[in-house]
Amino acid sequence: MRRLPANFLLGAVLVSIVVGIAALSLIWTPHDPQTMSISTKFAPPSATHWLGTDQLGRDVVAQLMAAARNSMTVALVAVLLGGSIGVALGLLASALGGWVEDGVMRLADLGFAFPALLFAIMLAAVFGPSLTNAVLAISFINIPIFARVTRASANQIWTRDYVAAARAAGRGRFAISRDHILPNIAAAIIVQATIEFAVAILAEAALSYLGLGAQPPASSWGRMLSEAQTLMYLAPQLAIYPGLCIVTAVLGFGLLGDGLRDITDPRLVRAR
Amino acid sequence: MIELESLSAHFGNAAALRDANLQIRRGDRLGIVGESGSGKTMLALCLMGMAPDSAHLTGRLSIDGRDMATATERDWRQMRSRRVAMVFQEPMAALNPLRRVGDTVMEPMLLHENLSRAEARARALSLFEEVGILNPEQRLRQFPHEMSGGQRQRVLIALALACNPALLIADEPTTALDANVALRITDLLQRLARERDMALVFISHDLAAVARATQEIVVMYGGDMVERGPTAEVLATPQHPYTKGLLGARPDPAEAGRDANGKRRRLPTIPGSVPPLHGLPQGCRFAGRCPVELAHCADQRPVFTPTEPGRGAACHLLSETGHD
Ligand SMILES: Nc1ncnc2c1ncn2[C@@H]1O[C@H](COP(=O)(O)OP(=O)(O)O)[C@@H](O)[C@H]1O
Ligand code: SF4
Ligand SMILES: [Mg+2]
Repeated sequence: MRRLPANFLLGAVLVSIVVGIAALSLIWTPHDPQTMSISTKFAPPSATHWLGTDQLGRDVVAQLMAAARNSMTVALVAVLLGGSIGVALGLLASALGGWVEDGVMRLADLGFAFPALLFAIMLAAVFGPSLTNAVLAISFINIPIFARVTRASANQIWTRDYVAAARAAGRGRFAISRDHILPNIAAAIIVQATIEFAVAILAEAALSYLGLGAQPPASSWGRMLSEAQTLMYLAPQLAIYPGLCIVTAVLGFGLLGDGLRDITDPRLVRAR
Repeated sequence: MIELESLSAHFGNAAALRDANLQIRRGDRLGIVGESGSGKTMLALCLMGMAPDSAHLTGRLSIDGRDMATATERDWRQMRSRRVAMVFQEPMAALNPLRRVGDTVMEPMLLHENLSRAEARARALSLFEEVGILNPEQRLRQFPHEMSGGQRQRVLIALALACNPALLIADEPTTALDANVALRITDLLQRLARERDMALVFISHDLAAVARATQEIVVMYGGDMVERGPTAEVLATPQHPYTKGLLGARPDPAEAGRDANGKRRRLPTIPGSVPPLHGLPQGCRFAGRCPVELAHCADQRPVFTPTEPGRGAACHLLSETGHD
C-alpha cells in the first residue's frame, strides 16, 4: 500500500486526541466543570487540579474537556445540517441544469457574500443570543459551500458513460443522482466536510468569544478565552489553554481534510 | 417498428446528421459503418431519445407507430430498456465503478417491471448465463474492476437485455476489445438477436464484424447516409466512392497486412481525414477527399439513387448514369 501523506497522519493524530477527549468528557471529567470554589480560585497546577483553576475556582481541565464536547457537537451538527442541504441543492442543480442550476448557483453566490458573523448577529438580535442560533448561522454558511462543491463534482460525473448507460436503462435524474452520482462524489464531499469542520470549530469559538454562542454556564473555548482576556496580566495561562485547544482542533481537522484530499484526488495520485 | 424520416441533428448550423431515413423491423440486423465523426453515435442517441440538449432535431422519428416529436423525457424513459436499449462503446467506462454489476443489471427490472429483488436477481442470473458469463452467481456480486473488458461488455449486454427490448443498439461494442474477444462479442450479439427475434443495430468501423453480424448495412459519412443495401452485396460490390475507399482501407484478414515478401505492409487508407463538422462541403460531404469527384459535387447534394430493390447510394455518378 502507498505511504499515507504526513498531513493526513498528523491530522488524524490531532483529531483523534480532540475527539477522544470530547468523547471521554461524556462519561468522565476530573471535576464537575461548573462547580465554583472561591477559596481555591487561581490555584496553580496540582495533583487535584492538573492545570489549576480559574477566577471562580473551576477546574480548568474539566472545563476544557466540556468545551471540547461543545465544540465538536456544534461543528458536527452545523456541518451535517448545512452540508446535507448544500449537497441536496448541488445534486438538484446538477441533475436539472438550465434555470434551476443557474438559480441555485446565484443563491449560493449570495450566501457566500453574506458573512456568518452578520447572520449570527441578526439571529441574536431577533431571537437573543444562544448556542442554537450560532449553530444555525454556521450551518447556513455551509450550504453554499457544499452546494458548489457538489454541483461541480456532480457535473463531471454526469458526463460519464455509466450515467448514459443508466439513462439508457430508463432511470430518471433523481434515481441516477442517488445511485450513481452521490457515491462517486462522496470522497470530495467528505474532504470538504472535514475542512468545513475545522472552519466550524473556529466559527463557534469566535461567536462564543463575542457572546453570540454558548451562554454561561456552558463551557466553550471561545467563552473561556473572552473571560480570560480581562485577566491577561494576572493569569495568562487561562487564555493560553483554550487558545491551544482551538489551534489543535482546527489544525487537526484542516490537516486531515488536506490529507484526505491528497489521498482521494486522482489528479494528485497520478502526479505522484 | 421504428421509422426515421429525414431526421437531422444540427449543432448551430453544423449538421451532425442530415436527412436520415431508416426503417427497422423486428428481427432486422442492421450494420452502420463509417469513420469516426460520421454521425453514427448521434443517430444511436436519437433512437434512444438521448441526443444532447444542444442538438436541434428536425424530421420524424416514430416508435411502434407513435411520433416521438412530442415525447417528454418521461415518455422516453418508458421506451428505454423496454423498447430500445443500448450498449456503449467503452465497457471500462460504462459501468459504475462503485456498484456491484449485479445491482446495475437489476436496476431497470426493478424500475420498469416491479419485480421483487429476488425475482430480479434470478433474471439477472439467467441473463448472465445467456450472455456467456461463467460463474454468474459469483460475478453478480463483483465490482467492474474485478472483470476483464470482454466480461464487462457481456455485463452491459445483459443490462441492455434486462427488460427484453425490441431493438438493441450496440455502438462500437468491440472497438475497445482485442480481436478474439471482439469476435466472440460480435457472434454473441448476432446470436441473441436471432434467438430473441430482436432487432439489432450494430455500429462499428470493423467491416468484418459487420459482415458477420448483420443482413443490411448503412454507410455513413459526415452525417449523411451515403450507401445502403444487403451487407454482403454492399461489401462485395460497393457503389459509393466512400464505401470503396472504406473497403480499400480494411485490413484484409486473408492477406493479414503483409506483402509478397511477408513484410508488414502499410494499410491503404482513404487520403485525408474527416474534416470538422463546419468544414464539410454543403453538397456531397465526401467532396474534397473523393478520387472521382465531379465539378459540381461540392455544391450540389447528390440524391439517394436506388440501383436495385433495397439497394442504392447517394452519389452524382450514380444519378447521372441513371439519367442518361
Ligand atoms: N455535443 C456535441 N456538440 C457539438 N458537436 C457534437 C456533439 N456531439 C457530437 N458532435 C459532432 O457530431 C459529429 C458526429 O459525431 P458522432 O455521432 O459521435 O460520430 P461517430 O459516432 O460516427 O464517430 C462529430 O463531428 C461531432 O464532433
Ligand atoms: S457525389 Fe461526387 S464527390 Fe460525392 S462521392 Fe460521388 S463523385 Fe465523389
Ligand atoms: Mg461514435
